[in-house]
Amino acid sequence: MTAKTAQIKDKDGNSWLYSDIVREHFFHPRHMLLNSEDFDLTGYYEGRVGSPACGDEMVIWVKIDNEKISDCKWQTFGCGSAIASTSILAEMVLENEGMTLVEAKQVTPQDIIKRLGGLPPRKIHCSILGDQALQKAIQNYESQNK
Amino acid sequence: MLNFPEKPKTKCLVYLDHAATTYVNEEVKAAMEPFFSDCFANPSSLYAIGREANGALNDARRQVAKILHALPYNIIFTGGGTESDNLAILGVARKHQDYGKHIITTKIEHHALIHPLVELEKQGFEVTYLDVDSQGFVSPKKVMQAIRPDTILISVMYANNEIGTVEPIAEIGREILKYRKKHGTEYPYFHTDACQAAGALEIDVEKLHVDLLTLNASKIYGPKGVGVLYKRRGLQIEPLIYGGGQEMKLRSGTENVSGIVGLAKALELVQKHKNTENTKTRELVRYFWGCIQKEIAKVWLNGPEIGEKRLPNNLNFSILDVEGEALLLYLDAYGICCSTGSACTSISLEPSHVLSACGLPYEYSHGSLRFTLGHCNSKKDIDYVMKYLPSIVEKLREISPVNLPLDFKDNKHSQYQLK
Repeated sequence: MTAKTAQIKDKDGNSWLYSDIVREHFFHPRHMLLNSEDFDLTGYYEGRVGSPACGDEMVIWVKIDNEKISDCKWQTFGCGSAIASTSILAEMVLENEGMTLVEAKQVTPQDIIKRLGGLPPRKIHCSILGDQALQKAIQNYESQNK
Repeated sequence: MLNFPEKPKTKCLVYLDHAATTYVNEEVKAAMEPFFSDCFANPSSLYAIGREANGALNDARRQVAKILHALPYNIIFTGGGTESDNLAILGVARKHQDYGKHIITTKIEHHALIHPLVELEKQGFEVTYLDVDSQGFVSPKKVMQAIRPDTILISVMYANNEIGTVEPIAEIGREILKYRKKHGTEYPYFHTDACQAAGALEIDVEKLHVDLLTLNASKIYGPKGVGVLYKRRGLQIEPLIYGGGQEMKLRSGTENVSGIVGLAKALELVQKHKNTENTKTRELVRYFWGCIQKEIAKVWLNGPEIGEKRLPNNLNFSILDVEGEALLLYLDAYGICCSTGSACTSISLEPSHVLSACGLPYEYSHGSLRFTLGHCNSKKDIDYVMKYLPSIVEKLREISPVNLPLDFKDNKHSQYQLK
């Protein structure tokens, strides 16, 4: 049998599944930390949210220089949109030579969803985790650098 | 970089989700064809083409009855498996509530059964949901222990749609008969949902000792939207749909003649070929599981071991540290269709109630995949999946922050033994 390319549509005729941006980040995620690479996380601050029992767990590591995020790595256990949302968050954080801490603290789930070109409503809880992980990582940095 | 395996030049479709639904068999399609535009009349009409449609309807009824070892007027055609389950549960409950308001079922039933029961609970009925063991088996002894003087109905599925567990229906049926005889009562009645079983197992109602049995066409290479409820002679039920009085006044509405003819043909074919098909698919499933265990670390078989007590076409396993929906989407990119018990694909955002009832912790359910094979599948399809699945898992594990122990005992779920 040959496969057909078909879009799932909801009752209003809108595509139900993921936007092209979500798919792009899902199939080609960026800035992740690979378990097989011997990456040195010294100087990085970790933020971990969720749990495998909930179905999503995300970890974000940030490196901070002069109140700016100079590097960001992540890992995600979760569905397609969870992977895509962490990937795009890392991209957002790192573009234009890195967000300042002030900017990073203002990242909301809506910002991530917007950048992803929207998410199916029932998938929104996944992307909310990404910004929480980022906030936790920053909190970690701040509590250790007072 | 995370490089996923290159996609095949021509996108293939490898359909391994036959428990969700099957394609319609060509022979079935051919049997249905005359009833769309040629012999389209209403079977209640008296003129020639009406009588012809009526004849085809009753031929189908006799055909189904014969396979079920029942009488033709015990066969009620419905709009599908969900409707048959609803008719059985609500029909018995509404008709017999003066006698009692207690119903017994299991924790692993299909939603088509659980949800009408939940509705009944809101109306003052009491429902006992029986536990199952780690492989999904319900114990006949526990069923009998749950019976109360006000129990009117017991419903246990014949085979589970997610993990393929084949329940001891005949044994439970016999015990219920003994109970009724001993207590001089016609209660409790016994219903089984045989939607998943009808394509692979014997569905002789006399051997199963059931009073009501649900099956549908869309799981057995027949059309969607048509089902059967077998109802033992003399058992009174309340209809769900009122109108012209079709189907012995139990399911009004002009009969779906083409669908019903298709269902009868489909049932005849699957039952006729079940032994050869079962042997073939079971061997394929065994081969598939062998490959999985060899090529993917940390996998866990959900449900009974591959053999007589598991549906021959069902393979359900958990791949630890990765999430089912992500796996599903990657597999889809290569044209592979299967299901998962992960919460992400459910409306409730809860993982599979069947896997949970078997004692599988949530974190293991989220990584579950269900492959259900069909008549058209061959070793080639399995090899195709094996070409991509192991490397997809490897990539997802590369970015997973989770590292679960394979043994549940390390995870405080000691009822599970390593297989």
